[in-house]
Amino acid sequence: MKKLITKEQVIPLIQNGHTVMVGGFGLTGAPLTLIEMLGDSPVKDLTVISNNLGEPGKGLGKLLVQKKIKKAIGSFFTSNIDAVKASQAGELEVELLPQGTMAEAIRAGGAGVGAIYIKASVDTLLSEGKEMRVIDDTKYVFQEALKADVAIIKAYKCDTLGNLIYRKSARNFNPPMATAAKVVIAEVEEIVEVGQLTPDEIVTPHLYVNYVVLNRKEEA
Amino acid sequence: MNVKQIIASTVAKHLNEGEIVNLGIGIPTLVTEYLPDDSSIYIHSENGILGVASVPEDQEPDFDLVNAGKIPVGINEGASFFDSADSFAMIRGGHVDVAVIGALEVDRKGRIANWSVPGKNVLGVGGAMDLVEGVGRVIIATTHTTKDGLPKIVEQANYPLTSQRSVDLIITELATFRVKEHQLILSELADGVTIKEVKRKTAAKFTIDLTESSKEISVS
Repeated sequence: MKKLITKEQVIPLIQNGHTVMVGGFGLTGAPLTLIEMLGDSPVKDLTVISNNLGEPGKGLGKLLVQKKIKKAIGSFFTSNIDAVKASQAGELEVELLPQGTMAEAIRAGGAGVGAIYIKASVDTLLSEGKEMRVIDDTKYVFQEALKADVAIIKAYKCDTLGNLIYRKSARNFNPPMATAAKVVIAEVEEIVEVGQLTPDEIVTPHLYVNYVVLNRKEEA
Repeated sequence: MNVKQIIASTVAKHLNEGEIVNLGIGIPTLVTEYLPDDSSIYIHSENGILGVASVPEDQEPDFDLVNAGKIPVGINEGASFFDSADSFAMIRGGHVDVAVIGALEVDRKGRIANWSVPGKNVLGVGGAMDLVEGVGRVIIATTHTTKDGLPKIVEQANYPLTSQRSVDLIITELATFRVKEHQLILSELADGVTIKEVKRKTAAKFTIDLTESSKEISVS
């Protein structure tokens, strides 16, 4: 399969200072094999867009401990005490967004939409200093679309073209992130022949997917 | 019943058949245990599930199938999975009837603080703001006082607010308050609880009307 690549091919795709989207809700649906590969890369100063930063020492938590992450954009970092401490110590820049604002900003980024206006966080601490607009008597907060240099995502299966399907709630942020980065690397549990996934079940069409990596189950 | 069970079972009584209900993390996740087996209430989880159920006893937990608290769950017949952008589009777009969420504080207008504790190891907002802004009816499920015995229902919140919107119902192990025109109304007492006790443990002004029907009509 043309898109299937190895760790040695993954590492140069993610460079110092890159913005990287990472799928997953906690560790569910997180590309743990790809994260592991980045742990072996000298890459640093990453801006990570991900709902969470894994758990202490797990998932993105590993890259955090390795000080590869300069900035995190996401909705909930309390589940990783290392992230909370790093932020308090000024070692990690954090941009908190309401989870739905983040999800929609990624969808906009992938759909060629420049920005969105959204209700969540209006007149709270999180919207301080942000542009507001009243539309039809309701206040909205301005949010620029989110895009990335690279997205690393997790899917269940792909076919040899790169069409993806997901499993249960491991879908979460992966499909929108697959649309919003210049380079998309999907980690999958199984690769099947084209035609084995029906057009009706494919969630992410192959045009979004640049590369595929096989999930190493023992590390998940 | 323990305190959490009293709160969760009271919340269940305030849900109407046919409603789509989002459950937040903590006490709200217990609500499913108090719904009748033949209930037509469908549980929405922000990470992309409609039709959440308990894990069947004869089934191993599946970590690709978790709720908002990242705890393995089951699903009902007719359940569906979707991505995070769609999930929050449902929430923001008014397609979810009820949200049951926790709170750190509730102020006298029925506004809640539930995402930030300055000076503590908390760094996240998750879906709290999206839910309070977007969902038809918001029910707060919380203990009446903090671990130290301090009132959680206060004149003015010490912590940053989640939204300017007043919630609809506040349910504790002692009492239920309705919020009408930004004012708290004590509408129900738990078994064996007196108005005097509620007054002693509540630091916000409220009026009393114990005659209202326990069911609320969805406004969405």
